Amino acid sequence: MSYVIDRRLNSKNKSAVNRQRFLRRHKAHIQRAVQEALRSRSITDMDRGEQISIPARDVSEPVFGHGRGGRRSIVHPGNKEFVQGDRIPRPEGGGGGGGSQASNSGEGEDDFVFEISQEEFLALMFEGLELPNMVKRHLQGSDSFKRVHAGFTSDGTPAQLNVVRSMRTAKSRRLALTGGSRRRLREAEAELEQARAVGDMQQAYALEAEIEKLRARIGRVPFLDTYDLRYNMQRKEPVPTSKAVMFCLMDVSGSMDQQIKDMAKRFFLLLYMFLQRSYDRTDLVFIRHHTQAKEVDEQEFFYSRETGGTVVSSALKLMSEIIDERYPTEHWNIYGAQASDGDNWNDDSPICRRLLQQSILPQVQYFSYVEITQREHQSLWHEYARLAERYPERMAQRRIAEPADIYPVFRDLFKKRMVGA
Amino acid sequence: MTETTRKERLISDRNDWTFELIEAYDREIGRLAAEFRLDTYPNQIEVIRSDQMMDAYASVGMPIGYHHWSFGKHFVEVEKGYQRGQMGLAYEIVINSDPCIAYLMEENTMTMQALVIAHACYGHNSFFKNNYLFRTWTDAGSVIDYLLFARQYIAQCEERHGVDAVERVLDSCHALMNYGVDRYKRPSPISAEQERRRQQEREEYIQRHLNDIWRTLPVEPKQEDPTEYVFPSEPQENLLYFIEKHAPLLESWQREIVRIVRKMAQYFYPQRQTQVMNEGWASFWHYTLLNSLYDEGLVSDAFMFEFLQSHSSVLYQPPYDSPYYSGINPYTLGFAIFSDLRRICENPTDEDRQWLPDVAGAPWLDTLHQAMRDFKDESFVQQFLSPKVMRDLKLFAAVDDDTEDAIEIAAIHDESGYRRLREMLSLQYNLGEREPNIQIVRANVRGDRSLILQHSMTNRRPLGDTADEVLRHLYRLWGFPVHLESVDNGRVVSRRSCPVEDER
Repeated sequence: MSYVIDRRLNSKNKSAVNRQRFLRRHKAHIQRAVQEALRSRSITDMDRGEQISIPARDVSEPVFGHGRGGRRSIVHPGNKEFVQGDRIPRPEGGGGGGGSQASNSGEGEDDFVFEISQEEFLALMFEGLELPNMVKRHLQGSDSFKRVHAGFTSDGTPAQLNVVRSMRTAKSRRLALTGGSRRRLREAEAELEQARAVGDMQQAYALEAEIEKLRARIGRVPFLDTYDLRYNMQRKEPVPTSKAVMFCLMDVSGSMDQQIKDMAKRFFLLLYMFLQRSYDRTDLVFIRHHTQAKEVDEQEFFYSRETGGTVVSSALKLMSEIIDERYPTEHWNIYGAQASDGDNWNDDSPICRRLLQQSILPQVQYFSYVEITQREHQSLWHEYARLAERYPERMAQRRIAEPADIYPVFRDLFKKRMVGA
Repeated sequence: MTETTRKERLISDRNDWTFELIEAYDREIGRLAAEFRLDTYPNQIEVIRSDQMMDAYASVGMPIGYHHWSFGKHFVEVEKGYQRGQMGLAYEIVINSDPCIAYLMEENTMTMQALVIAHACYGHNSFFKNNYLFRTWTDAGSVIDYLLFARQYIAQCEERHGVDAVERVLDSCHALMNYGVDRYKRPSPISAEQERRRQQEREEYIQRHLNDIWRTLPVEPKQEDPTEYVFPSEPQENLLYFIEKHAPLLESWQREIVRIVRKMAQYFYPQRQTQVMNEGWASFWHYTLLNSLYDEGLVSDAFMFEFLQSHSSVLYQPPYDSPYYSGINPYTLGFAIFSDLRRICENPTDEDRQWLPDVAGAPWLDTLHQAMRDFKDESFVQQFLSPKVMRDLKLFAAVDDDTEDAIEIAAIHDESGYRRLREMLSLQYNLGEREPNIQIVRANVRGDRSLILQHSMTNRRPLGDTADEVLRHLYRLWGFPVHLESVDNGRVVSRRSCPVEDER
């Protein structure tokens, strides 16, 4: 007695939970591997999975077992040259020869290596991070609406009439209402045929009259009635603003060498990838400046060199202009990220603060400033610090001294804020 | 039989499977199996995809398992191996339940499906139903229900006490899983026996209460030396059972989890003891049944070629010096012994009459059924391993003694070695020999509540390095200090403790 059951359509990934448990348990290792990868990988290929290796000892499931030593005897197959009483030297390391038994789970020295997918990699990378205000904007994004289809209704405006649906209901109503008559009509027609064949004229007349009456009755059922009409129903749904623009501001004056720029680039890149994951669409605007600011493309932004003094306010001014011109705040989530080595024209720093406070901070979700330097902070830092104190939810600044600092700083900047705090 | 009639009789001449064909093959194989008196549970054949097979694989063959990271680890391993093409998936997984669940993978050809049906649905299935160990230790009818209960119970615990707390208990239990079975004591058969026991309990109950009356009389104050009082009164081999019943600090949900793992251990216990027999039996029958199909003209030559190809690759035994060697292949050994048993029954030689006098010339089907029913690997090898099989497999025994500077070949497949070889191979399948013998000898219930375990060493073999780790798990469950003494000839050779004791 056998039953054959097709289980192929059953849900996939029965082991998904267990796999997640496994990853969770070894998070520390995996997290470390991810950070290593972040540091060592070239910037352009962040978007793939990563091979994780965990020391075998940490994933082992220990059980009581025999260790080496003592006296033990093992039966092996495939004897070729041995005879009883032979003595053979003990093989080193116990390889395939006389020594080892099938490996004990405790004995393997190799690391346990496996791969996590790109998604898992990114999730781990951005774990616990939340761009500030993003949720808020999502919920409050009620300034734009979208009409969505929400079924059908029996009343509405003629413009919303759904013809197909209406005709379908009309047809079914007609079929239902005329069913009896049509059946009788078919019978009567058959009877009429028969009566004519037999020559029973009287019967035929009676039938003809009935047929006439039935046809008229069927004809009286209206082709389309008011209660057949169906209208498309639509509902207004608020659309969360799911577009973001990120302004990258960087000082390219002579004091910024390629190494500093590279660090800045990583910081920008992390931010960009994070935004990409959070929003449907992410625009990038690169603004570089020395004494004058200029909007440039990515290549020029990171790799062209210029010399000259530093006037930071020029970049902020340009950013503010571009926002007004191209990125209305009701449609765009605006993020600003500024990287610099801290140099600025001393008289310019108070201007920067005013600009930020008056025209930029009110419009952006978040503005972050990283100073890539090992020297003392200069006036720009101190001016910004005053702002960061006043607007902690919109503005943050940190110092990066070496590449290894980037990721922690990034995490720190965008650490999930306590909700409702 | 002419060519045309032969063609007409074929169940199918193409190699793609359909559900109708699976049923047709199953019908024919089932008919032949009944002729060979294979007694089976009803079969539930489930067709699954390869990723589902990986799932099944990872959950160690339990159709419904509770969640635990170690299963995830197995899954990751299997997935990795499979994706890199290092390993093929098992063709089949079969579960000891009633009805007996067997999985067929959709990628397989019709020939492979037929092979799996013969192997799993009739071979393993009849073994599960009839072997004495399975009959004593497992209850095929209720296992699915119990697994379901276990999964739900553990999920509930996770909700109530948190995933981490549950995971910790499970980790510790898994470490001790192999010591969750009464090895030397058999579970008593229920029903009449149980009735009698219950009655005994009632008697004891009355007795105790009678004693209570006597207790009110003044008794001479007994000299009580706390060091004299020994609990448990006998050494306990079932560590998990002891923990479940006596661990002082466990909460009731934790005890229940210990019990669940213990039940799992018990369910898998017979499988660990009958690997050679079980695989040998199933292989013998897929071979015999499919050959019978061929003899009746129901399958084609092409079918047989494909079948024999995978049959012989499954049964391949790499020699000891091959890089692929990882011990004796249980399929090979089991198949060889069962096949040779049949030969000895049907065409005994003088040697067979001398070595296996009871078997030589006996009806083969009866002999094989009896061998399957009443033995486990250890006794099966001891009883039925014939000189011919030892010669065919070219078995030899190597003795590795750390007091000697070389490995000695103790016996080979010749006249003077047969008996010794057979004994040694049999011992190799003795679970008690394969795993260190560790028992609880004392729980210091009146003192510091420490637990003392004894490891009785055989042949001076020490414990592996993981023992300390396992001891930590035991300490977690027991809640008070745990000591493990390795004893050789009545002398304590080494002592491990958790928490680690200061050097004195």
